[in-house]
Amino acid sequence: MSIMQYNGSAMVAMVGKNCVAIAADKRLGQRALTVDTDFQKVFPITDRTYVGLPGLATDVKTLHDRFRMRVNLYKHREERTIEPKTFAHLVSHMLYERRFGSYFVEPVVAGLDKNDEPFICGMDVIGCIDWAKDFVVGGTASDNLFGMCESLWEPDLGPEDLFETISQALLSAVDRDALSGWGAVVHIITPEGVITRDIKGRMD
Amino acid sequence: MDRYSFSLTTFAPNGKLLQIEHALAAVGNGSTTVGIKAANGVVIATEKKTGSSLIEVSSLQHMVKVCDTIGMVYSGMGPDFRVLVTSARKMAQKYRLIYMEDPPVRILVKELAGLMQEFTQSGGVRPFGVSLLLAGVDDRGPNLYQVDPSGSYFPWKATSIGKNMVNAKTFLEKRYNGDMELEDAVHTAILTLKEGFEGQMTEQSIDVGIISTIPSAQAGESTPAFSCLSPAEIKDYLSNIA
Repeated sequence: MSIMQYNGSAMVAMVGKNCVAIAADKRLGQRALTVDTDFQKVFPITDRTYVGLPGLATDVKTLHDRFRMRVNLYKHREERTIEPKTFAHLVSHMLYERRFGSYFVEPVVAGLDKNDEPFICGMDVIGCIDWAKDFVVGGTASDNLFGMCESLWEPDLGPEDLFETISQALLSAVDRDALSGWGAVVHIITPEGVITRDIKGRMD
Repeated sequence: MDRYSFSLTTFAPNGKLLQIEHALAAVGNGSTTVGIKAANGVVIATEKKTGSSLIEVSSLQHMVKVCDTIGMVYSGMGPDFRVLVTSARKMAQKYRLIYMEDPPVRILVKELAGLMQEFTQSGGVRPFGVSLLLAGVDDRGPNLYQVDPSGSYFPWKATSIGKNMVNAKTFLEKRYNGDMELEDAVHTAILTLKEGFEGQMTEQSIDVGIISTIPSAQAGESTPAFSCLSPAEIKDYLSNIA
């Protein structure tokens, strides 16, 4: 078993009409043993940029701390908030800095830029960016999520429809993955603000 | 050995740092440089002084591009300027390596000013004998900054450094207004240089650099880009003035 499967996770981001959504499961495990069912894997970076960190839990925490440090320094130095695309490049740079001793995390970035344009992207463990106009997936349930997103996602979904789509995609995907699940969290980022909802799935 | 490794820039009893005063004097002897921020861009212009008519003027480079969106010019010591150009370009590329975009002008200026400050406090070095004008465009619009040997920096609407800077500034104060377009600003910049110019001004004897907030479609740009005007372009402006 790869270290990427050690803790288990499911991560997905989707683009809607003037909005984006990012969702993740809440399980933290050690192989087949479930340790925590309220583990945070999605983090706010700015008011309208979120990052999801599926992968090894210890690196999830470390990277979140380091991103927070870099973004705070950016905010004070440049007196502006970081754009989602700029943040994605920062993440990519930080991962590639550890090219030969990588963090075991495949980040997903989702946000709205200064013109309210949706932005999402995914990355591998060494920061190779996967640009997407529809959806990106990550974690142990990524194969399942790919299938669900391919069949459920459609262009120009409004915030509520997008919530329904991303939730159903995630819930169905984790039901067929033993290493992720135990409830989920969904963030819908709109120009008016972020809607965060906790959803229950099969709790077994 | 150790005796000479302390900073040469030490306080005089009156609270001044004499090395910095001397560096500013070196700048004051340097060729006149002006910069004007227009509503839709920035222009920087400088005299190209040559000691002899035998010099290949085309090889002199007083004005450089730091990155696509930022240009830089100086008054003072040429060799010191080259060191700063190398550093500034490296700073811009390091920023690009991380964020995949050009640095905002203020960020580059701050870092460059930081370097110049270090040379007022480090051992075994002397301050840079140059003042810089940086012209660039970023999210905040057009920017014009001056950086001095002490490491202090100022944002300007229009300013001048080098020989005749006092006269040139007075001239600019009379001529400047906020809604000036880039084309007018180029004219004003050249006129300002002409005020204190010794001898005949030709397209060979000045350098002019511009950056517009609107990318030039004919140059095939998609983002604002700094460029030094060619002698032919400068000649056009000069003939319009005369």
